Amino acid sequence: MHRRNFLKLILGATTALLLEPLNALAALWNKPAFDTTKIKEATQLLGIHDEMISTDIQIIAPDRAENGAVVQVEIKSNLANTDAIYILVEKNPTPLIAHFVFSTDTEPSLVTRIKMAETSDIKVVVKAGAQFFTRSKNVIVLENGCG
Amino acid sequence: MSNNMKMRAQFKGGLVEVKVLMSHPMETGRKKDDFGQLIPAHFVQLVTATLNGKTVLEGQWGTGIAKNPYLTFRLKGAKVGDIVAVTWLDNRGTSATQDIAVTAA
Repeated sequence: MHRRNFLKLILGATTALLLEPLNALAALWNKPAFDTTKIKEATQLLGIHDEMISTDIQIIAPDRAENGAVVQVEIKSNLANTDAIYILVEKNPTPLIAHFVFSTDTEPSLVTRIKMAETSDIKVVVKAGAQFFTRSKNVIVLENGCG
Repeated sequence: MSNNMKMRAQFKGGLVEVKVLMSHPMETGRKKDDFGQLIPAHFVQLVTATLNGKTVLEGQWGTGIAKNPYLTFRLKGAKVGDIVAVTWLDNRGTSATQDIAVTAA
């Protein structure tokens, strides 16, 4: 291999490594799904369909939240082949909160903190293979947290 | 704004538990400041976690994640000394990356 070609290759590879993951990811962000004000539209835009209620999804969240600005939620899926978890809050101005994709090396569970504008169901959707499952948990919000 | 993250990765019960606390305002774009002016939206949109350079978790976030985002996730097949890295990218194109070695609990 010519030295010039080799250098080009190295440079190309380095640039690709530095720039491509972020650019590729930025293009991935599902703007229509995050912008919509209707939960039905959000799930449709995410490609979620025919979700079945499943008790194999665990949602640990407070029954009553003093402050909707910070509501801790723990989610665990006991469904085989879980590859994605979606979190939606029905009565938030924009219901889609987050979308997580898991590799096979990652347990399909997570803990995070979300904002809730008012008393609402937290709807969790799990994608396992080609199927969708869901479970909801109601949280009473005493103080609005969406500002 | 400091882009620092607080991270911990501990091996316990056969799994590695990773806890991340990011420093970010997570502005929705709907809140007004003291002068009645809307504060522009400023929030983390994408989060990725890697284990020894291999992607293990990808997240897309909206404005509904609380200020100073917190995340716990658990990895199978990871061991003490492995490197876990987390990167975020916000809607202004700012990003931050931090890594940490897995320790015994």
